[in-house]
Amino acid sequence: MAMADFWGMGGYAAYVWPAYGLTLAGLVAAVLVILVRYERAKLRLKRMVGDEEGL
Amino acid sequence: MLELANPKRFMEFSYDVLPWVAIGAAVALCLGLYLALFVVPPDYQQGDTVRIMFVHVPAAWAAMMVYAAMVVASVISLIHRHPLADVAARTAAPLGALFTALALITGSLWGKPMWGTYWVWDARLTSFFILLLLYLAYIALWNAIEDETRAARACAILAIVGAVNLPIVEFSVDWWNTLHQGESIFRAGGPLIAPVFLWPLAIMSVGYTLLFVTLWLLRIRTEIMQRRIRTLTLSGDGHG
Repeated sequence: MAMADFWGMGGYAAYVWPAYGLTLAGLVAAVLVILVRYERAKLRLKRMVGDEEGL
Repeated sequence: MLELANPKRFMEFSYDVLPWVAIGAAVALCLGLYLALFVVPPDYQQGDTVRIMFVHVPAAWAAMMVYAAMVVASVISLIHRHPLADVAARTAAPLGALFTALALITGSLWGKPMWGTYWVWDARLTSFFILLLLYLAYIALWNAIEDETRAARACAILAIVGAVNLPIVEFSVDWWNTLHQGESIFRAGGPLIAPVFLWPLAIMSVGYTLLFVTLWLLRIRTEIMQRRIRTLTLSGDGHG
């Protein structure tokens, strides 16, 4: 498949790529937000109790 | 299973399981995306728009599965009054809302070239939109009630009452005439979709499911740690 054909998606690029783009953006944003909150909580609890709780 | 309801045991269990689930999610999603974009041929009727199916259907599946998980957690919460069940239901809700929103958006983008419109108030689309409203109402109710025990009880009742919408979403295409296509995968006579589309769809669905489990476990662990931090801060036991 030629590169132009791939990006053109048979004339439906205006629908296919936004669907993939928005899905990727939503899922990546969720992963990042959840990971940042997780690491922050872990760090804060570690400061309070040390490694004794097996974090 | 009930042994995991102990937060300490849950933390140990989830610590061991998390990396494997996350790796499984990454592998399934990468493989699924590769197949969906580079291997699957255009459909003879829908052309390349069929590729939207590989992000739309798994998101819709995940949205329903997350709500079902919330209902199970809510029932356990009401019967056993276990705080971990509340945490499980509460932390699943935003993930379910995200999957529902993604399913609605990608479905809308698929609908325009196939149906000629982004949106129509048919039974499947409307009941799925109600699913999004249920998620948002659940999240809003949790945030509106300050007392956590009362909030958990009210939200559990809302989730259980809202469960009536799940069979409506599932069977809406059979019960009413809808613009949305009928059931084409889980049907008595076997799937109507050709294997070349079905396998990538199954792999993407596994990927979405494992991604949800990964994010859910991370959110539950975060919530347990935040509760511990609050307890330590109130009791003045924390070193920091």
